[in-house]
Formats: sequence, C-alpha cells, structure tokens
Amino acid sequence: MTEKHLKEGYYFWSGDVAAAEGAIAAGCRFYAGYPITPSSEIAEQMALRLPQVGGRFIEMEDEIGSIAAIIGASWTGERAMTATAGPGISLMNENIGLAVMTEVPIVVVNAMRGAPSTGLPTLIGQGDLMQARYGSHGSYEIISLYPNSIQETFDLMFDAFNLAEKYRVPVIYLLDGLLAHMYERVYVPPREEWEKRIVRRKRARKGQLPYEPDEDLVPPMPLIGEGFRIHATGLTHDERGYPNLTPQAQEKLIRRLNEKILRHEREIWKVEEFMTEDADVIVVSFGGESRAVKAAVKKARKEGIKAGMLRLITIWPFPWEYIRKYSADFIVAELNYGQIYHKVREYAETKVHKLNKMGGEIHTPDEVLKRIREVSGK
Amino acid sequence: MKVEIKFGGLGGQGIITMGFILANAAALYDGKECVFTQDYSAEARGGASTSEVIISDEDIDYPHVEKADYLVLMSTSAYRDYIHKLKDDGILIIDEDLVRLPEGENRKVYAIPATKIAEKLGNPIVANIVMLGFFTEVTGIISPDAMMQAIKDRVPKRFWEINERAFQEGMKHAEKNL
Amino acid sequence: MSIMEDLRREEEKLLRTERLPHVWCPGCGIGIVLNAFLRSVLRRNMDPNKLVVVSGIGCTGRAAGYVNVDSFHTTHGRAIPFAVGIKFARPDLNVVVFSGDGDLFAIGGNHFINAARRNHDLLIIAVNNFTYGMTGGQHGPTTPTGAYTTTTPYGNPDRPFNIPHLAISLGAPYVARWTTYHVNQLQNSIHKALGMKGFRVIEIISQCPTVYGRRNYMRSPLSMMEYFQKNSIVKNDATFEEMELTYNGKIVVGEFRSVEDIPTYEERYEDIIRRAQNEGGD
Repeated sequence: MTEKHLKEGYYFWSGDVAAAEGAIAAGCRFYAGYPITPSSEIAEQMALRLPQVGGRFIEMEDEIGSIAAIIGASWTGERAMTATAGPGISLMNENIGLAVMTEVPIVVVNAMRGAPSTGLPTLIGQGDLMQARYGSHGSYEIISLYPNSIQETFDLMFDAFNLAEKYRVPVIYLLDGLLAHMYERVYVPPREEWEKRIVRRKRARKGQLPYEPDEDLVPPMPLIGEGFRIHATGLTHDERGYPNLTPQAQEKLIRRLNEKILRHEREIWKVEEFMTEDADVIVVSFGGESRAVKAAVKKARKEGIKAGMLRLITIWPFPWEYIRKYSADFIVAELNYGQIYHKVREYAETKVHKLNKMGGEIHTPDEVLKRIREVSGK
Repeated sequence: MKVEIKFGGLGGQGIITMGFILANAAALYDGKECVFTQDYSAEARGGASTSEVIISDEDIDYPHVEKADYLVLMSTSAYRDYIHKLKDDGILIIDEDLVRLPEGENRKVYAIPATKIAEKLGNPIVANIVMLGFFTEVTGIISPDAMMQAIKDRVPKRFWEINERAFQEGMKHAEKNL
Repeated sequence: MSIMEDLRREEEKLLRTERLPHVWCPGCGIGIVLNAFLRSVLRRNMDPNKLVVVSGIGCTGRAAGYVNVDSFHTTHGRAIPFAVGIKFARPDLNVVVFSGDGDLFAIGGNHFINAARRNHDLLIIAVNNFTYGMTGGQHGPTTPTGAYTTTTPYGNPDRPFNIPHLAISLGAPYVARWTTYHVNQLQNSIHKALGMKGFRVIEIISQCPTVYGRRNYMRSPLSMMEYFQKNSIVKNDATFEEMELTYNGKIVVGEFRSVEDIPTYEERYEDIIRRAQNEGGD
C-alpha cells in the first residue's frame, strides 16, 4: 500500500473539490458528513481521496451525527471536518456549541445557499453570516473564514485547520453556492512546501489539568488513549473538566472562551484591501459577491470615482479595525437583508449604506456601480 | 483579450460538459485565466441547462457572462431564454436542426447539424462534441490540441475514439461550409 | 482484608471518587449497572487507558462523569455518533456507550438504528427505567402502555420500543436484556460482550422509584426490585412477541443473540483503505 498524495501542478477544480483537497493537504484525515446541495461534492471527493492518504470517510445518518462524530474523532488527535449547507448547518448548531464548550478543534464547511428553509438549494445565499457567529445557544466567540476564489478556497483551508487547532475552537468555513460549483484553475505547490504551512495543536503535558490554560488562555489538549483519563462535558466545568454548576465557574469559563479568541483577533484577521487608500467610497463585501464588487470598483475608477473594496476574509471575529481606520463612506454589499451592514455601522464613523439582494445570484457589476455612483454623488 | 461564451440547451444534451471541456482546455492546456459556471434545473433530463465560460489573459473578477461574445445553442427554448445575453455584434452558433431562429435575427450565425452528424457517427450523445469541434474551428479562440486533451480528461478511455471523430467532424464541417 | 474489600479498592481506581457522592437518587438502579460494568472491566483485566466511555444526557448520561477513564458527557441523543467518531478514528480503543432509554432510543434513535446497521464496534449499555428521570418523570420511548407519568396523567397511550427486537432486526451480533435484580447475569453478560466485537446491545431494566415507581404502584425501591424478581423470566430463545414489555407485566430476560465474526464497519473500512491505495496508478 502506498499513500497517494496530490502532485505539484495546476488543477481545474470546483470550490467543493478545492475545499476537500485543501483540507486533505492541510492534514485533515477524518470526515463525517451527510450529503446536501451544494456541498455534496466535498463529501464525494473526501470519500474518494481520504482512504488514499490513510484517512477515514464516513457518511452518517444525518448532520447531527456527522458533527458529533468529528468532535469525537478530534479528541483522538485527528484533524476532522464536515461539510454541509442550508438546513444541515441549522441541525449542526447544537453540537457546534458542544465543541465550543469542550474546546474541540473542528472545521465545519457551510456552502451557503438561498434560505431560509429549503430555499434555493443550488444557488448562492449569504444569509448564514450571523448564524455562523451566533448559531448555537450561549455567548461565545468563534472563528469564521470565507474565500472568494477557488485558489483561495484551497489555500485558506490551511488557516482554517491551523486556527481551529491553535485556539481549540470550531472554525466555520463559509463557502457559497456560487463558489461551490464554480471552476477555476488552482496551483498546488509541492507537498514539502504545503506541509510547512501546517500548525499542530498544543499537546497536554503529563500532570497538567485538561482545562488548565496556558498564558494564551488556550489549554493544551490531551488526547484519548494516552492515559490522561480525560473527562469532558458540555456542562459548565472546572479546570479538571468536572461539572461545576455555579455562577463563579460559569463566569470564569465563559469569559475565557470569549477572551481566548478576542485577545488574538489581530492574528486571526485577514482582509483584502483593494484601492481603498484614497477611496471616498469603500464597498465591503465577501465571498462570491466580492467578485462583482471588484469589477464594479474597477469600472468606477475608470469613471474617475475614487472607489475601493474591503473584502473580509475573516468574518468572525469581526475585523473592526479595518472599518474604523477609514474615513470613507461605506456600502455593504451582501446577499441578505442586511447582516454585516449592522457590524459595519457599529464601527464606522462615516455613513454606511446598504446594497442587498436576497440571494440566488450575486449583484452584477453594473448594479454595484450604480450604487457607488449614488453614494459618491457622481 | 477577454472572451465570454454561453452555452444553452436542454438537460441531457451535454451543455454543462461542453462548457467544462472548453474551460478546462483554456485553463490547463492553453494556460489562460478561466472561470466556468453552470446552472441546471433539478430534473436530470429535459430541463433547461446552461453553462458559461470566461477566458481571459488577466484575472477574472465577475464570474458570470455579462454580455456574451458567443452564444452556443442546442434548443429553440434556449434561444428564447438567453438571446438577451448576446452582444449586439456577438455570434450565434447553433444546431441548425434544433434551433429555429425568428425572422429579424440579424446577428452572425454559424449553423451545423451537430446532432445529425453525431447520429451518423453512431451515437447522438456526442452531438455536443461535434459542436465543440465546430466551435473551435469557427472561433479560433482555443487550440484544437488543448480541446482534445480536455475531452480525454472528461470521457472514459473507451469513448476516446468516437469523441475524437466527433470533434474532427465538427471542425471539418466548419472548414467545408464557411 | 476481605475479598470484597480488595474488589472495592480495585473498583475505586476506576472511579473518580473525588466526584462522589453521585447525583443519583437513593434506591436508583443506575449504580447497580455501573458497578456491574466496572467489575466486568476488572474481570477482563482491561487497560483503562484504552477504554473510553461515552454518555449522552440524562440520569444515566451522568455515568461518564464518574468513571476514571477517558470519558465524555456529550449532547442529548448523540453519544453513539460521538463514539463512532472515536472508534472509527482509533479502532484500537474499546469504546462503550453508557446511556439511558430516552437518550438512546427517542432523540438518539436514528443514530442507534444506523450505527447498528453499519455494525460499529461499540458496546451499548442501555439503562431502561421507563421514564425521563432527570426532567421529572415524563413518558419516554420505552414507557409501557398505560403507565402514569407526568405527561401521561391519564395513562400512556404510546406503545414502547421492544429494544431487543429492534437491535436483533438490525443485525446486532450481541443482544441481551437483564434487570437490576439480575446482578450476576448482568455482570457475566457485560463481561462476555466486552470480549466480543461489533454493535453489542445490553438493555438493563432499572428502577426509578423517585419519579416512575411512585406513580405506578411501586413507591419504594424495594417494591420495584420485588417486581423485577417476581415477574422476570429467563428465556434466551424468547420470541420477539415474548420480549415485548407490558405495564407491570412479565419481563422476559436473557441473552437473546450472540453471534461471532460479523465484520465490523471499522474492519470493512481497513479494506477500503487498502483498495484506495492499491487500485490504479496515481
């Protein structure tokens, strides 16, 4: 038997295939999932490829079982992932909370489609941005990333797994119905090169309590089967992992779960600033939608309008400093009734305008251009 | 250079495959920037089907066709659905037996009996490959070698021969008739 | 020192004694089941560092909190898929799911069915006390027809699951049922199942005097145990009809199925890895 790894070169992939291959390159060796459009091709690619590299794929009975299985697998030290969309991500949210509370690194891909409910299964939506942040019950911080090209879908998977492992937190990897089924060329570097990008989780030292944090507020993780006699519970717990159902224990634990992310937000943030430096109008966007925005900004510049684009690659924790630092007016272009708009308003000291479509398709560059003209008064 | 191509027809005609093969050829074998998108109805057969390819020397931002340079059609209903996407000076490429053009359609049209040619080759399923051969010769935007490579990437080995013949027939039809 | 004293010391090594006293009510049967499980582990001389216990939510779900092995108290109904993830990722570990009837068969029923179908290598210890104890005694998927609970004040109109029938129909290689009265048989059964492979299911009928018994003419723990004693019939070759439980009726117990050599999911997947790495070129 020999493991079959990806060779260096160019590939013509869909976003789904790039997400799967990116995950495998980033060290993912465990996938449990339940098929749902437009994420199903991730499961198909994982079923084909994971056993080729000694990994494991299982198609579970539903999305709840899928995420429960990857949380269990992550405790054995595997980098574990699931992928879903629409109704599936709603079903997963309770166990996302379990992973937050018990500090288990996992990556959950959500290929956003038109919603609510069954909505537009094959078409793009961006309605799950707030859900990525607040989907499970309770007050917690989470990390969410969102690429906008097929190359970036591959590359950003390294960040997703590295951040999940570094901070012992679920990472919601947002895709959308456009990227999932869109094809572009992807360059895959040689294996030696990509393996250097992998950051492994901190491993617990003997004698250290399982939830005793280091200075960075992240407790190194003990693994199953190594004599740690771990106990993990979704109940509020102390540093031994034992239930402690007091306001004091709750205060200590929940503050730390939030702070371990917020204290490192600047390391987590990733954005693309395109022609923003001298801009009078900055369009904030992300994912598939940002492809129209960039085209529109280029058109606006040709008309002499000083427009720019701020593309959020990290959606959560929200990269607020990139809003605060500009004195331009903002347009938030998103495929929902207004979600990130409210976050931008929270931090902008200038005017913030909406540009919304309810999903199904991204704006055309001309639609974005029209809004830029209106806001710039030209 | 930036070229936008839209394919349209019915599910089962290989409309998605046409776009994919062209895009794959441009991206991997002609070394161009290229985006391929698809849209299909939930029915696997008979529903409307369309795919889009953008080929460029530069990065491609907006991934959909804004105004097509080429509209490649395999059904009359696709003409009705997508003709508004064609530039005024854009070019129509049609299966002449499957697409009835309305009077007053004044744009440049290249027509081929792709499905009939495929039937003569013994399998109507390769009509889309006949059409791709025709498209390659008519437009000159992609090299035939790149296209053949991409066809081989897509179809199982046992079908390479009939697909190669289909592609050649499509090219030949263009040489003879235009 | 007595033999019993030695056994107690050994058992305590498998318990997080600093967490005692436990949450279970006086007279509850879950402790009897946990005791039988720990004694079986000791008899098998298992490496506690390779043993994993996974529980869901509920009174029985708290068992994972007391065992001094890698142990997980998960979300309601999801103990089985969580355990599937562990076992599939680390097939060398012994993974036991220890949970209650509501957790395993109502909210978690779909996972039970599909994990049994795939024959994951898991031992399922299913404590059936006929009710949702932790939430105050509502009726659950195993409450007998006619029984009184806080949500069946006029008697239960539901029909309960016949768990051995369900497990056998799904192809589970080991299926047994005992009550908390049958401590020796139960221990022997767990001991045997720990030495087997595949999806092994042991149902234990257990008393909940606090919220179930007192509404159903069995106010004290003792009266529930007397009910188990007087009404149980050991019958290994029982028919599916005989396995059905009725309100305060007969309880047919026994080892209903014990089959070796059915390949587990984990074993079959090893073959998938071989095929994926041997087939074709690259």
